[in-house]
Amino acid sequence: MNAFGFKLSPSSAINLDKADRSKFDELCSIEPDAVRCMACGSCSATCPASGFSGMSVRKVLLCLQRGKEEEAFKMMSACMLCGKCTMVCPRGINTRHLILSVSRIYNKEEKK
Amino acid sequence: MIYQGKQKIWSDYQKEIPDDHWYYVRSCIRQNFFPASEKMFMEICRNVLGKDIHENEHHTTCGGIAYHCDTIPQETVMTIVARQFALMTEAGYENYVASCITSFGNYTEILETWHEFPELETKIRELLWKACRKEFKKPKYLAHSSDLIYKFRNEIAEKAKFRLVDKETGEPLRVVEHIGCHYAKMFPSKGIGGAEYPYVLAGMIESWGGNVIDYPERRHCCGYGFRQYHVKANRGYSISNTHKKFESMEPYKPDMIITNCPGCPYFLDRWQYVIAEMEGKTYGQNGFGIPVLTYEELAGLVLGYDPWDLGLQLHQVAVEPLLDKIGIEYNPEDKYKGVDKKDLMRPELPSGIKCF
Repeated sequence: MNAFGFKLSPSSAINLDKADRSKFDELCSIEPDAVRCMACGSCSATCPASGFSGMSVRKVLLCLQRGKEEEAFKMMSACMLCGKCTMVCPRGINTRHLILSVSRIYNKEEKK
Repeated sequence: MIYQGKQKIWSDYQKEIPDDHWYYVRSCIRQNFFPASEKMFMEICRNVLGKDIHENEHHTTCGGIAYHCDTIPQETVMTIVARQFALMTEAGYENYVASCITSFGNYTEILETWHEFPELETKIRELLWKACRKEFKKPKYLAHSSDLIYKFRNEIAEKAKFRLVDKETGEPLRVVEHIGCHYAKMFPSKGIGGAEYPYVLAGMIESWGGNVIDYPERRHCCGYGFRQYHVKANRGYSISNTHKKFESMEPYKPDMIITNCPGCPYFLDRWQYVIAEMEGKTYGQNGFGIPVLTYEELAGLVLGYDPWDLGLQLHQVAVEPLLDKIGIEYNPEDKYKGVDKKDLMRPELPSGIKCF
C-alpha cells in the first residue's frame, strides 16, 4: 500500500489524561521523595548498571509519572540495589528505598 | 480608559506596520503551489484597499531555502538580499513587504546581523558593488504581507460579502490558524503577538466571524523543515510532524485551516492525501480532508471572489464542503477550467480521501 518510500514514525505524544496514575499517587503518599527529584541525572551517572542496561532512576520516575510502567520495570530489573545513587543524590532522596517501595506497590497484584 | 496591566503588556507584542507605499517581493514557491494567493494580495491592496504597492520583475529568490538546507553560506544570502534592497532603493520605496515567511525571517535575521556586526554590512556592500554595481538603503520598515492584511482586516470585514459562519446553524466556523515558524519564532519582537501569542491570523479569523481553535500542538511545525523534506530519506520525519498536528487538532473538528507561510499550506494540504493513502485515515467530515487555505485565499473568499479564480481547484483537499457550509456559490462545471474557460483537464482522483 505504501509506495512513497518513507513512512510515518509512531508518535511520541503521551496523553496524561489517559494514563493511570493511581499507583504513582500511592507511591507518593508513602514515599514523598518521589516528587522531590529534580531530574539532575546524578543517579544515572553513578549507576554501575546504567552503562550496559539503560537503568536510570531519573527515567524510572519519569516513566512512572507518565503511566509507562512496563518501560520502568524493564529498567528496574537491572538494578542491583548497590545504593550508589542514594549517596550522590543532591536532594538527599533515599533512592534505594524508593526503588524497593516501587517494587512493593507495583508488584502488589502479581503477589496476590 | 486607564492604560495598564494586560494592555500595557500587550503593547509590547505589537509591531509598527506602514499604512501605504509598499515594495512587494513574491515567494519562489507560492506561485506554483497556490498561484492566486499573491495575485489576490495585489488585487486586495490595489483595488479593494486602494494602496500603492510596487513589484519588480527583476526580483529573485532570497536564497532562504538553500540557506535553511545548509547548502549556501550566509554571506551569499546576504549579497542576494542586498541586491533586493538595491532594487527597492532604485524604485524609491522604503517599506519592504515579503510574501514568504522564510524570506521575512531571512531579511529580519540579516538586518539584525548587520545591526550587531556593521563590518559585515560593509563587506556585503563591497561584494554587491563588485558583483553588479548596485548600492542600497536598508528598508525603514519590514513587514510580512499577512501583517498588512491583519492591519486592514476590519476594512476587509466591512466590505465582505460572506462571514465565516455556518449558514445553516449560524454558528461561527471552527478555524485552525497555523503560523510559519520563521515568522516570530526566530525574532519574536518582529511578529504581531510575538512567538508566544501570535495574533496575526487569529485577528483575521475573529474579524471575519470565525472561532479560533486552541489545540495542544497549535505551535508545532507543519513538518516541512526544509532538509527534512528535501532529502527523500528524511520525509518520514516531515510527515510524522504533520500527522502529530492532525491527530492533535482532530478532536476539535476544525472546518478549515489557514496559514501565512508558503510551505505550511502545501504540506498540511498534500500530506492529508499521503496519510489517507498510508493509514486510510481522513481528518475532515464524511471522508473529506480539512481544507487548508492561505489568508489571501480566505480574504478573497469573504470578499466574494469566485473560488475557481482563487485557484482553490489546485488544493488536494476538496474545498466544496467548506464553500457549501459558508454558502458561497460556485459552478462545479468550471472547477477545472482556466480563466479563458480553457479546459485544464481533470486530475486522477485519489482513493483514500474524498475529492471532486
